[in-house]
Amino acid sequence: MSHPSHFAAVLLFAFFASTVFGITQRETPKRMFRYGAYCFVLFVGSAVVLSWVMYLIAH
Amino acid sequence: MATASTRNAASQNAGKGFVYLPLIAGWLVPGLGHFLLRKWVRGALLAASVIGMFALGLAMKGKIYGSAQDILDMLGMAGDLGNGLLFVAARALGWGAEHVQVTTGDYGTKFIVVAGLLNIIAAVDAHNLRTGRKPL
Repeated sequence: MSHPSHFAAVLLFAFFASTVFGITQRETPKRMFRYGAYCFVLFVGSAVVLSWVMYLIAH
Repeated sequence: MATASTRNAASQNAGKGFVYLPLIAGWLVPGLGHFLLRKWVRGALLAASVIGMFALGLAMKGKIYGSAQDILDMLGMAGDLGNGLLFVAARALGWGAEHVQVTTGDYGTKFIVVAGLLNIIAAVDAHNLRTGRKPL
C-alpha cells in the first residue's frame, strides 16, 4: 500500500513521464537526457505555480 | 541528426520481416519493441517507467477500468488498454480497486491510465525505429 503526498506523486509522475518523453521524442542520448530534464522541470514547475495560483484564489 | 548511412540501414531493415512486430510487441509488453531492435538501454528505461508507473498506480489503490458506462469510463479504459498484457493480467487476477475509496486512489487510477498512454507512445517509437522514420 502506498500513500504518497501530493508533491511526491507529482515528482513520481513527472519522472516517469519525462523519461518516456525524452527517449521517444529525441534521437541521440544527450538530447534525450536534456529533453527529459526539460520536461521534468516543466511538469514540476507548472504544478508548483498552479498550486500557488489556486492557494491565492482560495485565500 | 541521422547520417545518410544510418537512414540507409534503417530503410534496408524496414524491408525485412514483419514491420509491425515491434509495435505489437511493444504494446503487449512494455519495452519489448525496443529490445527486439536491440535498443537495450532504451527498452529497459521505457519498461521500468511504464511498469513502475502501473505498479505505483496499483499500490495507490487505483482503479482498473473493466467496463465503460459513460464517456469518461471509455476514455479511461482506452488508456488502460495501452498497458497491453499488464491490463489483461490485472483484469484476470483482480488487481486494482473496484471503486476509488481513498484520495491516493484517484492518483493511482490516473497513474495506470497514463502508464498505458506512455506505453503506446513507446510502442509507436519502436515502430518508427523499425520503419526507418526515426534513425536507429
